[in-house]
Amino acid sequence: MHRTKVKVVEEALDANNTIASANRSDFDRAGVKVVNFMSAPGAGKTTLLERVVADLPGVRVGVLEGDVQGSMDADRLASLHVPVTQLNTDPSFGGECHLDANMVRSAIPALPLDEIDLLIIENVGNLVCPAEFRVGEDTRVMVTSVTEGEDKPLKYPLMFRACELVVINKIDLLPYLDFDLDRLLYNIDQVHPDVERIVLSARTGDGLEAWREWLIGVAAHEEAIA
Amino acid sequence: MHELSLSSAIVNTVVKHADGRRVTAVSLRVGALRQVVPDTLEFYFEFVARGTVCEGARLEHELLEARLRCNACDHEWSIEIPAFRCPTCGGGDVEVASGNEFEVESIEVEESECIARK
Repeated sequence: MHRTKVKVVEEALDANNTIASANRSDFDRAGVKVVNFMSAPGAGKTTLLERVVADLPGVRVGVLEGDVQGSMDADRLASLHVPVTQLNTDPSFGGECHLDANMVRSAIPALPLDEIDLLIIENVGNLVCPAEFRVGEDTRVMVTSVTEGEDKPLKYPLMFRACELVVINKIDLLPYLDFDLDRLLYNIDQVHPDVERIVLSARTGDGLEAWREWLIGVAAHEEAIA
Repeated sequence: MHELSLSSAIVNTVVKHADGRRVTAVSLRVGALRQVVPDTLEFYFEFVARGTVCEGARLEHELLEARLRCNACDHEWSIEIPAFRCPTCGGGDVEVASGNEFEVESIEVEESECIARK
């Protein structure tokens, strides 16, 4: 026996990216635009979808709901009569903390791609791992809420840089919080200069129109965004 | 916490290149922007590698600094905090020149002597 050094030089996430590209081709062929929707747990992803998915003129929406366990979010969305497919991550490794391209690939046969124009993939609530794994999306959105603190972009730059849109939610709570919205916007700009931002409250509906229009824009986009 | 997912990705990449041979060391190139904690990565790697050809392999890494380049004024600089605006012209159209890497650079494998080598 002797030891040999073997040159590899390969991105460790190449395997995931290859599968993500295959997913993307399937979605492109079906004419479906895909949003990878990410945030920390409790930032309001599901509520933000509830508020708009049934009311996007000219856009048929489907949702792929990623959760470690359970179908609470999927049930909430299904009551709005949009097609929802549940994807639980628990059989793979005691509950993966993110969706990867392979998990999404396994869900593709269950997706009604012929009946939708826009697929929103609600990722597992987590500001770390989802930023690393592309799943075959056209574009990525993250939600941060004003209850999370102004410093989050500085603590999770990978996530804040991985998206094309940052949604800032729960602004109805600003009067009750020691939260400096300008500071958050400044920090976002430091970490991801000029990234698109929408400031809103899913609860009161303030700013929701911009979110709705943004999604309609993605569905209408001829060319890939990301 | 993403070190667990990243360890699995490393093991999968290494297994593919090891071609059945036992792996004794894995060398990585890790960019500073990947926010990888080396000790945590080693801890998970040891765990994820069990039962594969990577079991017991040594994990080494070279840490690459984060360097940015401004597309507006060509200024190039390195950062230690996540501030991505150009300090010279204030522009936001900035490219990451290095720091995003997460590569398996090489592996060390055991070969039996009888295999003919070129």
